[in-house]
Amino acid sequence: MNKIYPDPRTALAGLLHDGMTIMSGGFGLCGIPELLIAAIRDSGITGLTVISNNAGIDGAGLGLLLETRQIRKMISSYVGENKLFEDLFLKGELELEFNPQGTLAERIRAGGAGIPAFFTKTGVGTLVAEGKETREFDGETYVMERGLAAELAIIHAWKADREGNLVYRKTARNFNPVMATAARVTVAEVEQLVEPGEMDPNCTHTPGIFVQRIVHGKSFEKRIEQRTVRKRDN
Amino acid sequence: MAWPRDDMARRAAAELRDGFYVNLGIGIPTLVSNFIPPGITVQLQSENGMLGMGPFPFEGDEDPDLINAGKQTITELSTTSYFDSAQSFGMIRGGHIDLSILGAMQVAENGDLANWMIPGRMVKGMGGAMDLVAGVKRVIVVMEHTARNQPKLLHRCTLPLTGKAVVDAVITDLGVFAIDGHGMSLIELAPGVSLDEIREKTEASFTVRPG
Repeated sequence: MNKIYPDPRTALAGLLHDGMTIMSGGFGLCGIPELLIAAIRDSGITGLTVISNNAGIDGAGLGLLLETRQIRKMISSYVGENKLFEDLFLKGELELEFNPQGTLAERIRAGGAGIPAFFTKTGVGTLVAEGKETREFDGETYVMERGLAAELAIIHAWKADREGNLVYRKTARNFNPVMATAARVTVAEVEQLVEPGEMDPNCTHTPGIFVQRIVHGKSFEKRIEQRTVRKRDN
Repeated sequence: MAWPRDDMARRAAAELRDGFYVNLGIGIPTLVSNFIPPGITVQLQSENGMLGMGPFPFEGDEDPDLINAGKQTITELSTTSYFDSAQSFGMIRGGHIDLSILGAMQVAENGDLANWMIPGRMVKGMGGAMDLVAGVKRVIVVMEHTARNQPKLLHRCTLPLTGKAVVDAVITDLGVFAIDGHGMSLIELAPGVSLDEIREKTEASFTVRPG
């Protein structure tokens, strides 16, 4: 069974159609599947529902799919860095569902773990809980949230072996591992591809069972959103 | 003389205890890390998946794979650990983080907090704020006492809530308030601030402690 595909376009071949739901990993521009997002833009599919913590920025990340009007709806926790997003939303061209970030992460985790719904105290007594079932446990009120799944997850990892075992790097891990578990097909773009035996199985982040296709990227932009530094003392 | 931003952050830092795991919000709360009292070690959590946040990198050492929740480049420490977003919010929601320090638009006398949306304006999203205030053991708000001369400490929040009865203390440029099941009490005045001034600029009912 070969999971390795030569390029992003081939790695997505046969998986894309108009109106589909896609999970896209990353936090801000950190750990986003930038090559796969570009390949989805090039595919031209439209009417997408995209589940992603953020919506990229103008000209990068999911911002590319906003420019081309390929996204119909976003399920996110924070979209503040994107002017085009705001314009499209205010014009009614884009639907938006906000989830608290932890609720979003847990909905995805639950979706991948066979849990159709769970109760959380996050958002109780706020707009987020409106219209949702609440229940008391041990004297405290909780709101029911549903598990979340998608037809396709696109994720970014640091290293993979040919089996699809993945390792992420630093805070580029974020939503990628949970999304890998919650889609019918998960496609991972990776910075390094190694032979079986070269990765320490004690340190696997995502086991290969969750990864159906892998593409080894040749080069990545990995844009920094907020470059903050301190001066060297000389 | 009211507290400037750095003094508000310094006052908030006095709430830290040795061994605390702490999440700092964006704005004045971020400054708290500059005033950690000597002899105290805390681990800073970044909800995008990191415990043990280090300072900004030296010029040229920025790593696109290493950012905080404000998307700023940062560094790691010898104690750092990384994890995914579900585990990050598991530790937040599960009550494992000792202290959350964050900003606010409004706080009510019962501890209700509003800090994520203004109706009629473009809403950026709540990010992790609702999870933090629902799950973290102690929640401290650091904010200006008023906005455009309107009080931010209210009987009831008029903006949509981030959490109900979640705030334990409020540090403003004018003083410090504690909030518990009995309501709000003023426990400290900034230097040169009179009780009359703070009463005039506060809509919320509060008691003064010690009497």
